[in-house]
Formats: sequence, structure tokens, C-alpha cells
Amino acid sequence: MITKLQKILGVAALALCASVGSARAADDTVKVGVLHDLSGTMAISETSLRDILLFTFDEINAKGGVMGKKIVPVIVDPGSDWPTFAEKSKQLLEVDKVAVVFGCWTSVSRKSALPVFEKDNGLLFYPVQYEGEEESQNVCYTAEAVNQQAIPAVDYFIAQGKKKFYLIGTDYVYPQTTNLVLLEYLLSKGVPLANIGGGYKKDSAGKIISAGKYTPFGHKDYQQIIAEIKDFAASGDACVISTLNGDTNPPFFKEYAAAGLTADTCPVVSYSIAEDEFRSLPAKDLVGQIGCWTYFQSIDTPANKAFLAAFQSWLKTTKADGVVKEGRVVDSPMVLSYDGVYLWKACVEKAGSFDVDKVRAAWKSGVSFNGPGGKVTTQPNMHLTKTVYIGESKADGQFKILKTFADVYGEPHLKGTFKPKE
Amino acid sequence: MSSPDTGRSFFRSRHMEFTVVGVFLVLLTLVFPVLNAHGLLSDYTITLWGKYLCYALLAISVDLLWGYTGLLSLGQALFFSLGGYMFGMYLMLQIGMLGSYAKAGQNPAGLPDFMVFLGHTFLPPFWRPFHSFGFAVMMVFVLPGLLALIFGFLAFRSRIKGVYFSILTQALTYGAALMFFRNDFTMGGNNGFTDFKFILGHSLVDKDVGPATMRGLFMVTALVLLLVALICYWLNGTKFGLVRQAIRDGENRVLFSGYATANYKLFVFVLAAMIAGVGGALFVPQAGIINPDQMTPAKSIEAVVWVAVGGRGTLIGPIIGAISINALRSWATQAYPDSWLIILGMIFLLVVLFLPGGIVSLPAKIMAWRSRRQPPVAPLAATKPAPDRP
Repeated sequence: MITKLQKILGVAALALCASVGSARAADDTVKVGVLHDLSGTMAISETSLRDILLFTFDEINAKGGVMGKKIVPVIVDPGSDWPTFAEKSKQLLEVDKVAVVFGCWTSVSRKSALPVFEKDNGLLFYPVQYEGEEESQNVCYTAEAVNQQAIPAVDYFIAQGKKKFYLIGTDYVYPQTTNLVLLEYLLSKGVPLANIGGGYKKDSAGKIISAGKYTPFGHKDYQQIIAEIKDFAASGDACVISTLNGDTNPPFFKEYAAAGLTADTCPVVSYSIAEDEFRSLPAKDLVGQIGCWTYFQSIDTPANKAFLAAFQSWLKTTKADGVVKEGRVVDSPMVLSYDGVYLWKACVEKAGSFDVDKVRAAWKSGVSFNGPGGKVTTQPNMHLTKTVYIGESKADGQFKILKTFADVYGEPHLKGTFKPKE
Repeated sequence: MSSPDTGRSFFRSRHMEFTVVGVFLVLLTLVFPVLNAHGLLSDYTITLWGKYLCYALLAISVDLLWGYTGLLSLGQALFFSLGGYMFGMYLMLQIGMLGSYAKAGQNPAGLPDFMVFLGHTFLPPFWRPFHSFGFAVMMVFVLPGLLALIFGFLAFRSRIKGVYFSILTQALTYGAALMFFRNDFTMGGNNGFTDFKFILGHSLVDKDVGPATMRGLFMVTALVLLLVALICYWLNGTKFGLVRQAIRDGENRVLFSGYATANYKLFVFVLAAMIAGVGGALFVPQAGIINPDQMTPAKSIEAVVWVAVGGRGTLIGPIIGAISINALRSWATQAYPDSWLIILGMIFLLVVLFLPGGIVSLPAKIMAWRSRRQPPVAPLAATKPAPDRP
């Protein structure tokens, strides 16, 4: 028979389990947090980021660490559950007292973690293309801002002689904001509103508050929308700008191919499809479509080749838990994670301290790193100047680089920047 | 008084069970904040436990329906989230001019950031009353209660029960999640509500004052849980409570005995929705975010698992289940980030297979096992079953 006391003890033991973190780091090590989903809906994307981070830490440690201290990662799994991001951030910053955190993919996860980072004055490195409209002093946005991905792609299409643009996306903040910015940008380039497909919504004052066609997460039925695109593209000078997310892409592209549309008649640029996503996509339906990122695995430079070789050999030898070793590719968010770690290292070394305020000051003063995708430079607005590549997808899931925009300044606040052409 | 697999607690009487729950919650209310104020317990742990207690409220609401009334609702996360959203609206409006747009001078009306984001220039009319704390708290009860009343009225009047009731509640919460995901619904879309700053003038984020506010929220949560436990305890002792359990064990008999079972079920459904709503309202400021993911069917099913693991049809079972599973999860997601799902899954499987009554039935199981091991008094031959006839 369990007594009252025993039960209370049991509950107290559970409390201990929850509150006891790992011991403080020894003097010759520095703890860093890794806050990526390893389970749940986002695991397929974010596990790759965990892997590349572990690779980067090992690479830096092998060369002597950061200011002589070895990096010790504290890995947590928020499980694609957004409130858990706040909980785990709190744990990393308050219990484990990590020097810096690399993490988050979705906007909502960043929004959940952000208040904790601001309260505890932590530093979060965020590597995934995002909607902008944010400039927290506690986030280092290594991610592509809208003007480092969406706008160069549109410029490319305009240069190709495209006159009509169809906007389609998944209904959440990143597509909504990107499309609003693109609408303003296209109008400023003299594209008439009638040539921007997907429709728009106005508020009661007549201001456009939403542009483009939106489907929910996990949407499967694109028949009607594709029919609309087919009509829209009948004139032969149209293109599609897609911010469709993850698992909605296969049905979209299947339907697209079935309707007889091709990359020649009406190319699609997808902002959410990189090499890693190809692992789960029907590659033959996507040949010739456009991608736009800070990095493509096919970049032909010695730096990139050395990076790829080092990553592959690390994969062969690593003993880390849960790392998939076969058929691995590298894409832009992964490289921006890699760059992020080296930028943090450079900032720490420049500041001569792991202190967040000093590291931030070093970031703002402008630090550069020559990464696999070219040189990246930190900016005072917490974003990065980087090179942007436009690529065309091939049947093997890689991209052929079509155009390069060097040193594009990251600009998070774009809404209202572009004025319509009179 | 209880069916074979439910309601079997290790307490001889329900009075004793309530005493234990009460003492535990009172101790929690007093000891944790005192330890925290003296720096012996981290702020992180206080907030974490505050969340566990909110989950315990959700678990109690599931247990009221499933364990005591035999209604397996897979939609309790909806009521939890609705309560959270109602209180979240108040918290969003408390941010006022401290949002990032207002700081940049782009938000003269002090709208929540996500509205500025979507190009709104004025507050939608239905948001306006939420400037008032009292109104928001009222809505925490009213909206989940009202929705449960309407849905329950239609469902119970049509005698929808069993698996059909479960499926309908699941569909209800799924539909609501899709609606809240829409950006033009002006409830924050996928990002939901976040970045709260103040509650009744107390800062949630300040380095000095914040921890005290969180302590206060923790104490309120523990006391609300105590109050809810008291209501459940009282309800179980009334004639109402007995009829409710009779409905669980044989609804037709109760119906033909002259009781309007639909009304009983409707009352429990509305009460459970309100309890879940309060849990959600307390969850939001402590978790720091509410978004439509919290009302997907998977979240409701999680709560059902807590109750199953703890022990349904008992007062203490859902509390034990919610706290232990979530504490285990918090710990395992760091200690075993790659295999924690397998660990949790194994526990659920083991409980379903070997402990259908949940953790609370463990002592009874052990006792039964012990008595089986004792040598039988009667000769073995006498207890052998008669051979089957050809």
C-alpha cells in the first residue's frame, strides 16, 4: 500500500526531474543551444539543420574551438509544438545558461521564442527565409529577407519578358506579407493590377490588405486554381510566384503538369522548395522550375566543394544520435545555419567575450565570413548582406544556376517602400 | 459505485482522495512560490508547473466527461483554446503602444501587431470590449459554455453517443482550427497571439517584476485547480453525480427509469467546457502564446491520454496523469531529444495493455498480484474447472 507520504515524494521526484538541468559547463567549454524540431510536422526540415549544426561544431572544435573553448551543444526537441518553443528557450537560457541558441524554422516558433529571448537577453540565430517586418535586438537573422529572395526572382522574370504574375501561397504570415510586398513592387515596376493574378482583398477604406490566392496548410485539391492559372497564362507571357508550403507542393505540381502547363509556357518560382525538399517531391514534374536562394549545392567554387566533402566525410564518421547518413543534400537554410555559427564565432572573437551585448555590438559593427555560398556580412539591422542565386531545377533534384546577384543588403521593412508608378 | 476498469483509486474513500488532492494543491500553492521567492526554485520551474496545472484542468474536464459520464469528447482542446483566445485578446490589447510597430511609430492606434501586419487601421468592433479585464474573464466562461450548450443540445437531443459523439467533437475542433488559421478571421492566423507584456498592470516580461507576476499566476492556477477539484468532489457526492455515473454504466436503464439523460449530459458538457476554458485562459499568459495548433484534434487526444495514464473516473487520476506525462515530456525532450517519442509511446502502450485503470490502479494491481502468489487454501483439484463436454 502506498502511503500519502510516498506519493507526495513521488510527485516531488517528478518536480526534480523537470527542474534539474545538466551541470554547468566546465571552464574550457562553452554551451550553445540547438532549438530545432526533431519530431512532429517540422522534423523533416529541421532535423537537417540540427545535423549541419553538429557538423559545424565538430569542425570548429577540431580547429581549437571558439576563443580556445570547445563548443558543447545542448539539443532540445520542441516537437513542433509552439508553446514548447517558449518553454525550451527559457530552459536553455535560464537553466542551461547557453551563450547562444541556433534554432527555429517557422515564423510562429520564432514568435513564440522571441519574448523569452528579449526578456532574458539571449541571442537567437535564425536561418530560414522569412517575412521580415521584424528587427529584434536578440535575433541574428541569417535568414533571407523578402528582398533577398522574392524580389530578385521577380526581377529575373521581368528581365525574361514576363508581363503577368500569378501569386499563390499557403495562408500564413510569410506568404501574406511577401505577396503584399511583391504587389507593391510589381505596381512600382509599372505592371498593371489586372496583370497580377490570384485576386486581392481591400479593407473598407479601399486599401489592399491581401494579395494573391491562398490555400490552407495541407491543401490537396488544386484543380480549380490550376484551371484559373491556365486561363491566366494563355497569353504566354505569364509566370507563377508560389509561396506554397511543404506538403501542398506535390499536389500542386502534379495538377500543374496534368493541365499541360510547363516551365516553358508558364514558369513557377517556389520560395519554399530547396534541395532538401526535393527528397519528398516528384522531381520530374518540377524540371525547369525556378528557385531563388542564398546557396545552391551546385555552386562551382573550391570553397563549396571543400564544404560538401567535409560534410559528407563527417556524416560517415559521426556518432551523433539520429543522423541520417544516406542520400544527404545541402541547401540554403543549412548553409545559413553553418554561416551563422561561424559568424557567431567571429563576433565572439572580435568582442573578446561571450557576453550577449558585446557579441551583438560586434555583429552590428560588420563581420564577414566566406561561406560555401559566398561572402556574408553582418549588418547593423541584425540581418545579413549576402549573394542571391536564381536556379533552374533539374531532374536529379539539383539546380542549374541562371543568375547571380552579388551582395544584396538585407532589408526587413519593405511594406510601403515601393510606390506605384504614376 | 464504479465499473471494473474505472474509478478504482488507492484510496478507501473519496473523502480521503479529495483530502490528498487538497493538501497537495495547498502545499503547492504555498511552498513553490516561497521557494521561488527565496531563489531555491527557478522561475523556469514555476512557469513550467503553472503550465502543468493548466493541463491538469484540461484533463479534469476530459475526465468529467469520459471517466464519470462515459462521453469521450475529443474536442476539449477547443474549449481550452477558446478560453485561451478570449483571455489572449485582453492580453493583446494590454500591449498597447509597446508593440514593435508602435515603437517604430507605424501604429498610432495601438493595434495588436498582427493587425498592423495585415494592414488594418482600426480595431474590429468585436475586439473592443476586450480592453476590459472583467469582460474577458466573463467571456472565458461564456464562449466555451455557450458553444458547448449549443453543440451539446443538438448532439444529445439527437441521442448521438459513443464513437459518433467522439467523431463529431473531433470534427468541431478541427473545423474551428481551420477557421482560426485564416488570417482574415483577425485572430492572428497561424501565428496566433504572442509577446504579451502586462496583466492587470503587472509586467510579465520585466526582469524584476516578471517573476513575481508569474508566481502570482501560478498561485491563481493552483487555487483554481483546487476549486475545480472541490466542485468535482462535491458533485460526485450528490444525487446528480450518481445519476451521471449511472448514465455512464447503462444509459438506457437510466432513461427508462424516468431521467432525462440528455439534460444531465448537457450540464456536464457545459461545465467541462468551462473548466477547460479557465485552464486555457490561465495557460496563455504562462505559456506566452496561443495559436490554432492548440485546438487541433491531436491536442485533445493528448489530454485523453493523460487521463488514461493517470486513471479515469477518479479525482486524482487526471491531475497525476497531466503532471507526470508533461513533466516526463519536458525532461525527455532534452535528455533524449531523438527518442523521447518512443519512450512516451511505450509508456502509453504499457498502460493500455497492463494498467487499464491508470497509475492510480497500480497499488490495487500489486495487492492482487501478491494475494495470487500466496499458496491457495483449498486443494488444487477442487478449483479445477470441469472438463468440457464433447
